[in-house]
Amino acid sequence: MIESDTLANVLYIDLTNREFFFKTRKDIFEKYLGGSGVAIQLLLEECKPNCDPLSADNSIVFAIGPLTGLFPLASKTVAMFKSPLTNNLGETHAGGRSAIAIRSAGLGAIVIKGVSETPIYLSVENDKVHFKDASALWGMESIYTVGRVLRQSERGSGMRTIMRIGKAGEKLVKYASLTTETYRHFGRLGLGAVFGSKKLKALIITGQNSIPVRDSKGYKELYNQIYDNATKSEVMQKYHDLGTAVNVIRLNEIKALPTYNLQVSSFDSVENISGEFLATEYLGRRIACAHCPVACIHIAALRVPYEDEKYFYKTTMIPYDYELIYALGSMLGIGDPKGMLKIIEKVEAYGIDALSTGVCMAYATELFAKEKISEKETLGLKPKWGNWNTYVEFLKNLVARKNDFYDAIANGVEYASTVFGGEEFALAFGGLEMPGYNTGPAGYVGYLIGARHSHLDNAGYDVDQKHKGLPANELVEKLTSEEQWRQMLSSLVVCFFSRGLYKPEIVQKCLSCSGFDLNENDLLTIGKKILMEKFKFKFREGFSFDRLRLPDRIFKISTLAGNIDKDYILKCLDEAGKYYNSNSNDEK
Amino acid sequence: MRVTIVDAERCVGCQLCMFACARRSGKGGLLDSSILIRSIGGMERGFRVTVCRACPNPPCAKVCPTNALVPKDGGGVKLYTEKCIGCGNCVDGCILNAIFWNPEKEKPVVCVYCGYCTKFCPHGVIAHEKETKIEGDMT
Repeated sequence: MIESDTLANVLYIDLTNREFFFKTRKDIFEKYLGGSGVAIQLLLEECKPNCDPLSADNSIVFAIGPLTGLFPLASKTVAMFKSPLTNNLGETHAGGRSAIAIRSAGLGAIVIKGVSETPIYLSVENDKVHFKDASALWGMESIYTVGRVLRQSERGSGMRTIMRIGKAGEKLVKYASLTTETYRHFGRLGLGAVFGSKKLKALIITGQNSIPVRDSKGYKELYNQIYDNATKSEVMQKYHDLGTAVNVIRLNEIKALPTYNLQVSSFDSVENISGEFLATEYLGRRIACAHCPVACIHIAALRVPYEDEKYFYKTTMIPYDYELIYALGSMLGIGDPKGMLKIIEKVEAYGIDALSTGVCMAYATELFAKEKISEKETLGLKPKWGNWNTYVEFLKNLVARKNDFYDAIANGVEYASTVFGGEEFALAFGGLEMPGYNTGPAGYVGYLIGARHSHLDNAGYDVDQKHKGLPANELVEKLTSEEQWRQMLSSLVVCFFSRGLYKPEIVQKCLSCSGFDLNENDLLTIGKKILMEKFKFKFREGFSFDRLRLPDRIFKISTLAGNIDKDYILKCLDEAGKYYNSNSNDEK
Repeated sequence: MRVTIVDAERCVGCQLCMFACARRSGKGGLLDSSILIRSIGGMERGFRVTVCRACPNPPCAKVCPTNALVPKDGGGVKLYTEKCIGCGNCVDGCILNAIFWNPEKEKPVVCVYCGYCTKFCPHGVIAHEKETKIEGDMT
């Protein structure tokens, strides 16, 4: 890397003692570049083995990479921590302005450890960290209000990130998220709860540092080439026009859209919650992460009359994406777009992961229908497909953890099913509630063997759409090699939507601009190594392929490849187990 | 010559214009940008585009004690860095907040009206106006 680059600066913050220091970690940045690669090393160092994820011993790591601030679509920050939901590796990515803010503050990574006695928020500005009292923010009903207050009281408008948690994080709901710039989220695996357990309400970062490049002229030329490709590409246009919601109709057509808790995989009322319909009737604004020309973030303007006064309206701006439409729409049988938007609004206000929340509520609805629970548990609510008012009330009880039932739901669907039954339709894989792709065996194997049990780990849903009847070892090979390459992308760190632009030869040139001389083979080797390091953490924290639970529901529903054969899935898990065990032995 | 705001409502807040402006210095990041995109109190309300308007009678030049900022024909100013003492009067003098600051050099950052940023606005928010058509008091 370039000598004058600040990328290797790591900021360590200790909340217990309210101390901080900086350390240059060229050792890990030179070897693993940044992002996921660096974050897993810092997590291995800073997270106490087998700790309680909601204790002072857990650490939070944020990391950006060498392409951050230099190239378009290098817009994401990687967060790593031990997940309270899965009790294992937690990793989640978000954009907004987080990545450029960290880079501009002259940092490559931030480690937050310990626990504060009282509510606190952190304000990082270049080489200073301010520990500020957050008592006045704690317990606020809506995360929007928290954002408004901090926007006013903190400096650096336009050049900062404001990450904050909502009530769900404070209440330690195990899938609470961390929101940044109002509409982006470190959504999955409960980073919000880890913040909450540390009494950390918000993290604001700003700074004024430039980023050196090796050859200014070459850098600008390469930039122009990537920019041109980005703005002309089809994928980019697709996500600009309708956002990820463009996929709703398509996935419904191929019967991949989980509906009514995956009792079926297409939805009769899909038109009303489709990207096309929402854009035509509700789209109020598109926004982008910093340094991204696409602007995939779509925000609906919902105009609702007040009941107590004529001609008086409230207009709220509510973000929607494919995943939210699946989890808080079709999964709950919501065909009324207004109702769906109202559920999303509540989920946003509480700062809770939309996917996990939707899956949990769908599970509860089925439990209720099957009379495994009654109004005694739900405190008088009657969850029913399509009944959005009930779900809005359900969310209030859930975030307040109002009784033992809601408390169990706040621990995730996997845990709740051990208390209330219904394991066969408790749709979590590796402890994480499923995303919205019922495409076939590769999708499910992907969730099970991915390092963070996310569809984004290895894109199994994509494999299902391109290949059928692959032998187990070939499928596992496909998924793991994709996951290896994605480690490289998430170490640079670029948005996965731009993976078509950032092919190995381009990545190599970009890295050369920031002083990393690596060939294409090196990139693949580093990617593989990072994935193995993640599994090192997973095994250390007790992960085992043998203990993965398979909800029976997925074998009862048709997919692109017909019904899924359980033996085939088990065979794939066996292959994956062999692969990771032998490779991590090689490392030793 | 100046950068003109065609329609701020089209802005998605990607800040590509800021990155472009900063890149002119041959570096990455946002440090030397003389255009700023920030939200109007929350991104849901849209964005504010702040860039030098190339005033015909620029107040920033009036408050410069060393004549480092000199009005240009047709509007706007030119910065003579060697004359600048880094007092920051110009920053306070611009009510549009369109004069920025480089803390490393302790000097103002002012638009040079080159229009480079406009080449990287994919959404038609800003444009390069070759001939300034601004109305104002020229006295």
